Amino acid sequence: MQDQATITLTINGLTYTRAVDARLLLSDFLRHELGLTGTHVGCEHGVCGACTILMDGRSARSCLTLAIQADGATIETVEGLGRMSDLGRVQQAFREHHGLQCGFCTPGFLMTITDMLRHHPLETDDAIREALSGNICRCTGYQHIVDAVRELARERGPLT
Amino acid sequence: MKPARFDYVRAESIAHAVEALAGAGGDGKVLAGGQSLMPMMNFRLVKPSVLVDINRIPDLDRITQEAGVLRLGALVRHRMTAEDGLVARHIPVLHAAMKHVAHLTVRNRGTFCGSVCHADPAAEMPMMTLLLDGTIHIASPRGDRTMAARDFLVGSLSTALEPDEMVVAVDLAIPEDGTGWAFEEFSRRHGDYALAAIAVLMARADGRMRNVRIAMMGIADTALRFADVEAALEGREGTPAAFDEAAALLQAAIQPNSDLNASADYRRHLAGALARRALAEAWQRTGETTGGAA
Ligand SMILES: Cc1cc2nc3c(=O)[nH]c(=O)nc-3n(C[C@H](O)[C@H](O)[C@H](O)COP(=O)(O)OP(=O)(O)OC[C@H]3O[C@@H](n4cnc5c(N)ncnc54)[C@H](O)[C@@H]3O)c2cc1C
Ligand code: FES
Ligand code: FES
Repeated sequence: MQDQATITLTINGLTYTRAVDARLLLSDFLRHELGLTGTHVGCEHGVCGACTILMDGRSARSCLTLAIQADGATIETVEGLGRMSDLGRVQQAFREHHGLQCGFCTPGFLMTITDMLRHHPLETDDAIREALSGNICRCTGYQHIVDAVRELARERGPLT
Repeated sequence: MKPARFDYVRAESIAHAVEALAGAGGDGKVLAGGQSLMPMMNFRLVKPSVLVDINRIPDLDRITQEAGVLRLGALVRHRMTAEDGLVARHIPVLHAAMKHVAHLTVRNRGTFCGSVCHADPAAEMPMMTLLLDGTIHIASPRGDRTMAARDFLVGSLSTALEPDEMVVAVDLAIPEDGTGWAFEEFSRRHGDYALAAIAVLMARADGRMRNVRIAMMGIADTALRFADVEAALEGREGTPAAFDEAAALLQAAIQPNSDLNASADYRRHLAGALARRALAEAWQRTGETTGGAA
């Protein structure tokens, strides 16, 4: 039993070891302890999706996860998708389709979509919209995000 | 906002978890998917002194078929229930209901048992557990016990669980072969908590309804079964008139609340409309084989 612990985890391929308070949220750990501020925090109660990251290959709300729970886990954040000079494929599709305006929601969408492309069939626009329904965007009206995902899903082809 | 300070226990086993709960002196909490508990802790609506994380206890992430039931362990996530072949084959009404639960990312983490323990009056899982005559398997340092879902679900966010107890699994009765089913829900946006929902099971014998089961949520402090309405339909022919009567009985039996999403009157109207639709649909499906245990 402890209110502090030392955790070791892999984030975007790099291994980090840090002492953390048990109550520290994974979102705050990423942003404040590691300076990975690409993961955004909107609501801290699981509703907006801005803080979405991948934990052991599946999307998760980092605001509803304790850093201490991620001990030993493999985390992927938006910083791992690409760089300004070398955008990842999902980022590139957002750029081509105008999938963002202010960009606040974008990291969460990009991570959710990464999970969608790895694990979900996405055969129709309805299925795409349903899978996106846990992420809120106040700017785009979603249509251009759906357009980007449709293209990415077509490119990927059926899930094997 | 951030959670208040607490001691964290990563439980290695069920015995370890319930000992830690007992050691917390009534102030411990189990952390499962965290999709309801963490928001409440972030807002400091809940401030446990000890948080018992059960996510690494082995073997709790299983859906198995036992005599006449499907057993869902405490770490069965919503995604697993939604995609599970046993559930789709033996309890199609649950398969249909899971499509309405939350969003992809929340479904990756949230657990069936956690939802039943959370006992939100607008959640699908407590309602489906009532519909399927669920049995709750409970462990504590004092030993194991089981409890019927109808005794377990006490009220809004309130169950019969003692502070040193943990739910290890929920059993759901497999409906008999040929049982008709329906699940109808209305929510403002896909994946949001529902304004109201109904689930119906019924068999057919000699052209009449048998063994009717009706559960609703969003219409009172907790999900409910309606024994009187079920009894009123027993042995009746499946006609629109019978369904209208049943819908009126249901509307009279519920006590919906008004909140920012809908007024009580609107919810009562909705309950009637969903009931008529679900009863007719379940009747239509009677006789179809579900592959369930006889
Ligand atoms: C954006 C969003 C949308 C959602 N939409 C829906 C929806 O449409 N329908 C719906 O039904 N739910 C919805 N939920 C809630 C979700 O289904 C939760 O997963 C569920 O309510 C709780 O399960 P959990 O495993 O996350 O439990 P936790 O949050 O970990 O725990 C919830 C409570 O149950 C207790 N508990 C958990 N497991 C056990 C156990 N094994 N033994 C004893 N006590 C236990 C905890 O101590 C806590 O008090 C939504 C959540 C979010 C964030
Ligand atoms: S900040 Fe985590 S879902 Fe909004
Ligand atoms: S781009 Fe502004 S919130 Fe989505």
